[in-house]
Amino acid sequence: MEVLLENIVAVDWRQVVMWIIGGVLIFLAIKKEMEPTLLLPMGFGAILINLPNSGAKEVIDRLFEVGIEKGELMPLILFIGIGAMIDFTPLLTNPKLMLFGAAAQFGIFFTMCMASLFGFELNDAASVGIIGAADGPTAIYVSGVLGSSYSAAIMVAAYSYMALVPIIQPPIIKLCTTKKERLIRMDNSGGKPVSRTTKILFPIVVTVIVGLVAPDAVALIGFLMFGNLIRECGVLNSLSETAQKVLANLITIFLGITIAARMRADEFLVWETLLIIGLGLFAFVFDTFAGVMLAKVMNLFSKKKINPMIGAAGISAFPMSARVVHKMGLQEDPQNFLLMHSIGVNVSGQIASVIAGGLILAFVK
Amino acid sequence: MGINVEYFLNSLPIMGKGMLGIFIVTAVIVAVVYTLNAIPSKKQ
Repeated sequence: MEVLLENIVAVDWRQVVMWIIGGVLIFLAIKKEMEPTLLLPMGFGAILINLPNSGAKEVIDRLFEVGIEKGELMPLILFIGIGAMIDFTPLLTNPKLMLFGAAAQFGIFFTMCMASLFGFELNDAASVGIIGAADGPTAIYVSGVLGSSYSAAIMVAAYSYMALVPIIQPPIIKLCTTKKERLIRMDNSGGKPVSRTTKILFPIVVTVIVGLVAPDAVALIGFLMFGNLIRECGVLNSLSETAQKVLANLITIFLGITIAARMRADEFLVWETLLIIGLGLFAFVFDTFAGVMLAKVMNLFSKKKINPMIGAAGISAFPMSARVVHKMGLQEDPQNFLLMHSIGVNVSGQIASVIAGGLILAFVK
Repeated sequence: MGINVEYFLNSLPIMGKGMLGIFIVTAVIVAVVYTLNAIPSKKQ
């Protein structure tokens, strides 16, 4: 009987708080369908790892060591699946949309500065900033390489805010634009068709360019573009399908529960966690702001006006951000279809967030 | 942990270099994509 009670008595109040946090994550995943593929395993993992004398600690620690700590294997392999899922055609049709993706990474760097102001060491500040990449695997990769001790809080913030894009972005977009700007219609003729050669060469060329400029990003961009090459080459359809579904799902299952290795009560229940969650929101706000502002600036010099709302889709949260912009366009004018443009900007955000991650590593590592 | 102006000032150049770097890399990619799009159309 004593043996049975031993563990119950060993429960610490902080562990109970972590069970509640785990429960909240599971609730959000199931009831609110907020990034359920990651939040559910993370929530369950948070409970599992915070049981007194948990026998799962060793296994999850081992998964963390092999899958994330040494070489960031899991986020990189997941990138193959993500690359295989992305169709870059809307971006290739109108390449200048990529500039919005670049602008919308401002939140990353600005948040890094703000985190530094709050006293975070540079490696931790940069890892907090990368929440603004709105890209889970990039955030995991960068915070892992930089050896941040706040990786769990960063993951929770990154995935939570990605799921909250439909709530976070609309008020910011409205604040930054006038009614007249939101009513701007854009050409939906689709432009010239993109050749298969271009689609095949694009992932190779981007890998080479990014690899030359930011070698630290080449693993990220390389795996993403490798997945995309499998998709676009046209002769590896079964591999492409496997990467998109089986591989991505398999890694996602383990990734969520592995991140929970860093959700131990003593590491997670610190004031810095709350600060990181606040700064994560800040990053998303300034990503959105910068994307919209670039479009407004471009409109000053361009004959063909751009609806500035599409700039907000430059964050990597795909396809939520593009849908948000499209929906807002329709709310203003039921005949204003912005989806094609916002999707183009949104996929460019995926590339730009990886480049931003690479540059952060280059400057901070 | 508190307000640390020195850390903040040290991080500002990284923000400048980072944003500049992103725009340069992006501009190169945009130029390459325009070139890639032009090549097949010339053949046609």
